[in-house]
Amino acid sequence: MASSFTRLISGRNTAALLASLGAGTMATGFLMSETGPLAADKKTKLYPPSSDFPDLRKHNNCMAAALTPAIYAKLRDKVTPNNWTLDQSIQTGVDNPGHPFIKTVGCVAGDEESYEVFAELFDPVIKDRHNGYDPRTMKHPTDLDSSKITNAVFDENYVLSSRVRTGRSIRGLSLPPACSRAERREVERVVVTALAGLKGDLAGRYYGLGDMTEKEQQQLIDDHFLFDKPVSPLLTCAFMARDWPDARGIWHNNEKTFLIWVNEEDHTRVISMEKGGNMKRVFERFCRGLKQVEHLIQERGWEFMWNEHLGYILTCPSNLGTGLRAGVHVRLPKLSQDPRFSKILDNLRLQKRGTGGVDTAATGDTFDISNNDRLGKSEVELVQLLVDGVNHLIECEKKLEKGQDIKVPAPITQFRK
Amino acid sequence: MPFGNTHNNFKLNYKVEEEYPDLSKHNNHMAKVLTKELYGKLRDKQTPNGFTLDDVIQTGVDNPGHPFIMTVGCVAGDEESYEVFKDLLDPIISDRHNGYKATDKHKTDLNFENLKGGDDLDPAYVLSSRVRTGRSIKGFTLPPHSSRGERRGIEKLSVEALTSLDGEFKGKYYPLKSMTDAEQEQLINDHFLFDKPVSPLLTCAGMARDWPDGRGIWHNDSKTFLVWVNEEDHLRVISMQQGGNMREVFRRFCVGLQKIEEIFKKHNHGFMWNEHLGYILTCPSNLGTGLRGGVHVKLPKLSTHPKFDEILTRLRLQKRGTGGVDTASVGGVFDISNADRLGSSEVAQVQMVVDGVKLMVEMEKKLEKGEAIDSMIPAQK
Repeated sequence: MASSFTRLISGRNTAALLASLGAGTMATGFLMSETGPLAADKKTKLYPPSSDFPDLRKHNNCMAAALTPAIYAKLRDKVTPNNWTLDQSIQTGVDNPGHPFIKTVGCVAGDEESYEVFAELFDPVIKDRHNGYDPRTMKHPTDLDSSKITNAVFDENYVLSSRVRTGRSIRGLSLPPACSRAERREVERVVVTALAGLKGDLAGRYYGLGDMTEKEQQQLIDDHFLFDKPVSPLLTCAFMARDWPDARGIWHNNEKTFLIWVNEEDHTRVISMEKGGNMKRVFERFCRGLKQVEHLIQERGWEFMWNEHLGYILTCPSNLGTGLRAGVHVRLPKLSQDPRFSKILDNLRLQKRGTGGVDTAATGDTFDISNNDRLGKSEVELVQLLVDGVNHLIECEKKLEKGQDIKVPAPITQFRK
Repeated sequence: MPFGNTHNNFKLNYKVEEEYPDLSKHNNHMAKVLTKELYGKLRDKQTPNGFTLDDVIQTGVDNPGHPFIMTVGCVAGDEESYEVFKDLLDPIISDRHNGYKATDKHKTDLNFENLKGGDDLDPAYVLSSRVRTGRSIKGFTLPPHSSRGERRGIEKLSVEALTSLDGEFKGKYYPLKSMTDAEQEQLINDHFLFDKPVSPLLTCAGMARDWPDGRGIWHNDSKTFLVWVNEEDHLRVISMQQGGNMREVFRRFCVGLQKIEEIFKKHNHGFMWNEHLGYILTCPSNLGTGLRGGVHVKLPKLSTHPKFDEILTRLRLQKRGTGGVDTASVGGVFDISNADRLGSSEVAQVQMVVDGVKLMVEMEKKLEKGEAIDSMIPAQK
């Protein structure tokens, strides 16, 4: 190790010397006469970070806002223990300049260590995305005790369905942007083996994307369970669609109320859902299912990626912490027409989406209403926030139906900075 | 800067069968050649620039192909890819280029005076003539692998070389990221502008990264000589004009290319070339001459003749729609060009186009008069 390091230094010095003599191409020739992976390393140094710094002048995403030439210069030649680089983390943000109204994140983690090795970029990105949360000094609370939730059975005249989702990553294996085929297959193996151990109302079956029958595929589409090969350039430019559909699949319980996606944007996406307004039961099943799956993988020596600052580690920084989106499809015909609707949602820390999910429009007067936040508050806190918020929205709707006026609620406080 | 699956050494901790891609539903050259054993043999190798086997094949893994169209399914990341991964690429090259052997030598001939005729294709039928090729610049990695710094270096060098041209080759460079709306509109109307690749064959090979950084279009003032910078190859060089004077198109092509090459050589960055594979380009299908010489030609009667495809095959020509590769013909007008790239010279390939198109126009005229063409059908070239 020491001798190759010495060779690297002397090789680099020679190349630098030649380059400074104005013999740039001689330096190239010198480098090209080398063979082996060290030559790639030396060639990298022939191009200083300033020559590689991306042009982000037309960009609007968290990465572009945070990445300075100084940070880039410091981090460009670092690698995580899995050999993942900064350039790979930011490629998606370079390739997708974004939209003036929508600020995307613009970077992904290739493994758990990315968040540490590239902390100088990820920390400000996390702060930007998660309301000022500072991973250096703050701790994220995890709480999956669903018994603490109150008032979580909604009026079904308004709430059509209830759903909670999150993601989980398997510690020790690279994340979807970086994983090799073998690692991805290992994730599938670990997860599917664990899921096979679920019993009772959670017992179910796995459908590998590559080998499902036409009939199974149609059923999964009808159930709104099937996920497709990603087409969004936000994901494809982050290398997440490689080798599709190898080692991708869907598991669901027989009752179709607990569902897990394997190797889509994260190692796993875990979803609990049902028609109607019983969010209490949805969250109870969510927590129980998650805990059982965790127990089953721990039996075999595996665990989820988690730490006390970032909570659950997922591919996209926007999903750190709880990775939790709890939401309902709810009819709000009068409230949605009220000019104060957006402000009310904002203050309640809720977001609206169309009934097709992210980046879709609402159909009629039915909205997907869910929590905005992911990091800095626990699962229980966020679900309670959603529950209280939805109950408040329904109260507003009822008031407007009776011709009464409504008030915009005070904004909910953020976590202390 | 290495791109893609850089953690090659970590993959070696897994067994070959755990990493070997599932190619059971695939129809491309790479899938035909890459057995598990060959994968095992090559997977711990990398080029001096860090390009690995998985980098070479990713596009072929991600694009299973079509039962009727055989794509290549792999790319080179640098000049050395063709050497380091020769056990994979040589059989693919042989399959794609008519049995070209690992010991064969490729002839380069850019002396336009060696072309016979070509200045008298009937303009009533031949609407336009065009010759294109690609060139890679020694000392840089290829588009699937290049870093932003390298790509900008390629652009800088290319612009220096091109803007030093004069006479019929005097022209201007339009960088993609800073062209004005008016310039963009003009380039679209001239059919010069290239877009960010959308084909997954290209995007899965990493060629659209950092778009539009380092990309641009150069053309001469008379709009007959055009160079694309950093699209699928370092340079794509195009000579074209309305009408049937292929000889003139080819003259300008050869002269322009040689002038450009001289300038690059002076900067100690000549073109990638060797006597076995000819000009080195990103896709193995473009090795050799990288040349596609063709015309847009009106053949409404001949194109519906039952022997049309057979005639093309015998003449070593291929047909495309007027929108280029993977498009349909419009109004009986076809894009007819040489099918070969490797194993014959530029002059020989353009000669085949010139002679073949001349013959097909004669056939078309005969069919117009209601006469038979069976006696004119050529032997296999």
